[in-house]
Amino acid sequence: MSAPVLSPRVKRLLPWIVAAFIAVVPIFAGAFTITLMNYIGIGAIVALGLVLLTGFGGLTSFGQAAFVGIGAYAAAWATAVMGLPPFAGLALALALTAAVALFLGATTLRLGGHYLPLSTIAWGIAIYYLFANIPSLGAHDGIRGIPPITVFGLSLAPNTSIYYLIFALVAEAMWLVSNLLDSREGRAIRSLRGGATMLASVGVDLFRMRMLIFVFAAVLAGLAGWLYAHMLRFISPSPFDVRASIEYLLMAMAGGAASIWGALVGSALVVFLKNWVQDILPHLSKNATQLEIVAFAVSLILLLQYARGGVLSLLGTFVPRDTTLPPAAATGLPHRTPPAKGSEILRVEGVTKRFGGLVAVNNVSFDLQAGEILGLIGPNGAGKSTLFNLVSGALGINSGKIVFLGEDMSNARQMDIARAGLARTFQHVKLRPGMTLVDNVLLGVYIRTQAGFGKCLLHLEREEERRATRVALDALDAVGLGGKAMELAGNLPLGNQRVLEIARALAADPILIVLDEPAAGLRKGEKDALAVLLKAIQARGVSILLVEHDMDFVMGLVDRIVVLDFGSKLMEGTPAEVRASPAVQEAYLGGVA
Amino acid sequence: MDIQIASILAVDGIATGAIYVLIALGTVLIFSVTRVMFVPFGDLAAYSALTLAMLQTGQLPGTVMLVSVLAGIALLMELTSHLRAGKAAKIPKAILYYGILPVLPPLIAWLSQGTVLPFWAQMLLALALVLPIAPLLDRIAFRPLADASVLVLLIVAVAVHFAISGLALLFFGPEGYRTEPISRAIFDVGGVIVSAQTLLVVLAAAAFSGLLYLYFERTISGKALKATSSNRLGARLVGIRPQVTGTIAYLLGGLLGGVSGLLIGPVATLYYDSGFLIGLKAFVGAVVGGLASYPLTALGAIAVGLLESFASFWSSQIKETIVFSALIPILIWRSLAAPQHEEEEEDIA
Repeated sequence: MSAPVLSPRVKRLLPWIVAAFIAVVPIFAGAFTITLMNYIGIGAIVALGLVLLTGFGGLTSFGQAAFVGIGAYAAAWATAVMGLPPFAGLALALALTAAVALFLGATTLRLGGHYLPLSTIAWGIAIYYLFANIPSLGAHDGIRGIPPITVFGLSLAPNTSIYYLIFALVAEAMWLVSNLLDSREGRAIRSLRGGATMLASVGVDLFRMRMLIFVFAAVLAGLAGWLYAHMLRFISPSPFDVRASIEYLLMAMAGGAASIWGALVGSALVVFLKNWVQDILPHLSKNATQLEIVAFAVSLILLLQYARGGVLSLLGTFVPRDTTLPPAAATGLPHRTPPAKGSEILRVEGVTKRFGGLVAVNNVSFDLQAGEILGLIGPNGAGKSTLFNLVSGALGINSGKIVFLGEDMSNARQMDIARAGLARTFQHVKLRPGMTLVDNVLLGVYIRTQAGFGKCLLHLEREEERRATRVALDALDAVGLGGKAMELAGNLPLGNQRVLEIARALAADPILIVLDEPAAGLRKGEKDALAVLLKAIQARGVSILLVEHDMDFVMGLVDRIVVLDFGSKLMEGTPAEVRASPAVQEAYLGGVA
Repeated sequence: MDIQIASILAVDGIATGAIYVLIALGTVLIFSVTRVMFVPFGDLAAYSALTLAMLQTGQLPGTVMLVSVLAGIALLMELTSHLRAGKAAKIPKAILYYGILPVLPPLIAWLSQGTVLPFWAQMLLALALVLPIAPLLDRIAFRPLADASVLVLLIVAVAVHFAISGLALLFFGPEGYRTEPISRAIFDVGGVIVSAQTLLVVLAAAAFSGLLYLYFERTISGKALKATSSNRLGARLVGIRPQVTGTIAYLLGGLLGGVSGLLIGPVATLYYDSGFLIGLKAFVGAVVGGLASYPLTALGAIAVGLLESFASFWSSQIKETIVFSALIPILIWRSLAAPQHEEEEEDIA
């Protein structure tokens, strides 16, 4: 690419340049500009929450302004009505938004697809009408006489004073979110959008993850509301209606929904555009305030039609991707104690799965011993993949029993099975194409690390992170992808992607790896390399269950084979026995004439 | 509350609910065929009521301008896309569908300015003026994003709502309107006063639901719509074009929205922005049917009407809060009744 590219050094300096610029603005800018900048800062804090929630987490909220409102009303009520100091108001604002978000999240976050965003419209409106109709909150008139914030006896009443508080909090919020995204929990958050099945298979609790970012985004909105109340010193319900929510969403989208800087850029863009529109429109029509929303709506539509990634995505090519390896510790993480060789690790007992009238898996039983490679074969439609999904917990069984490591896992959740030591790959590769190979493999290490949301926000988990990185790099080395650690997974050829999935599974330190057609679509040389890799994994004491179509590949690799046909088990035995079986030949080749 | 009040509230609720039924059915129809949650639905109802009100007061309704401008934009988009694709042969058809057909009703309205049309002709004209809006919005706002996720389409739909309700203020002004009732007759049914207008609303809702059912079960284009909603790819493979079924769905939706506006016009004073809340309440009803089942949707919409009517008796101040809060238990029930599949959508925004 011939476009001018920023050198990494300039890129590292960029945040400081922006910070320095923001720090000196009050020296030369007029009062009006400062006011606009204050709105930009407040908007950026809310938009930052939406970037995390929508841009990374894939959850759209049309109700964010309601959280800003809860924060603002809590601050106003605590100070102007109850006479408490502003920082007591802050505590109330944050606690109240978090509590409301927890309640709303618990009730609505399990909803899929379009239900969730629409429910956000509904509660956004419900909360707005509450503000407008509660007499002790001033109803439609709002609350006046909110005192300014004082810090160490210094009043932040002037616009230039609260300016520094606002932007200090913006910087703080951006720092927290960037820490978060570059952490154990952050990798899971970055995979929420479109990677739900994969996340569950590596042991991530999706609901918890969604809840955390939902509450965090709400708390950021509550913080913005607190600032808003003390900046304006007067609040009324109208800045917290659905329209305002759309504006915040527009900020997040306009800057770049999947970028931290996008929140600040988007907020600036929207605030300046809005100001410009307010200057222009009164000359065109007497209904200027209404046309404002039309102008916004149209620009949002155009944005989505022409630049879905936001303004920053247009500049993205100028900023190089960081390709330096993340720091890794000398040693990895402690291993599980593997079960004694030859002991039973998986027992499938009379398992049946029906889809309506179709019996996909019918009363199938088999078991698997530690250190063994077991092949599962059968003609198309035999029920192999269904059986696979039953074992890994992606589907529930109708009857029978699945015992993993002596524990009944018959209808356990996928994530609990993953945590017990079962790692899997997918027939249709499920990777994060936009993440590096290391990050993809680190997702596999998720269950072996403990750092929670708070530690990740503050980056207090760096030692664990370095050890996890060591594990990931070793796993990449083990599968022969060590040299490509910082490439994007989406740029790999299919053969390498399958191997990368195996590295992710290995990194989880599993007892059992289940592979769904690992050789599908691979060339001869790649298949041979894969067979060598699987034998090496077996030699480490990891057991393997694999579904495969390629008979040559299976016969040379596995210790035992289970043959399925029409959902039922046809036979079980060594490769030689299976090869010799007339029943198997008939199933594959049709009746012998 | 005694029986007397309860029955008045119930009649009121059913009448309101019947309006929501029409809009909710349209919402489900458009969603299942095009994956677009058509948020501006309620605005269509407001547009048709306000258009009729302006026709009745002898003014040229703003819809004339809106439809003409939308048709112009759509035609321009259609022409550029054909020219870019080098398919000049398709241009005459594009001109017919986007340049001529949609502007016929505005033209009639413009020509008939000054002449006092009979009552029924005014209603027909108002309906005809509203009819092209939804298909034109589809062409302008949604079709360029046909590959986008449900979420992006939803965000666009919300933006479209704000755009056209903002324009409604420009066209119709901030005053509220109430249209002439179709009938002023009043019946006394066992002590409960029921106006003919209320009866008409309920009957019309029932009739249109019935017609919709017949359309899906008895006509080939209705079946094509059903096919598209159950499996888009499969429908394409057998030669059903999603653009065509989409346009039909929007036309039908526009019809339902327009009719509901005509029915609600005489019962309630409508403002340029009244549509949003109507649409959202209808949506609450549609969620009861899981955005898929028509009968359940109708029942849900009636239930919302009843809830609203009783809520306004208990507390008119927070009736909106009550109605929208009701969505949350409904959503929980839905998600327990029919667990959603995890959507594997990589692209949003």
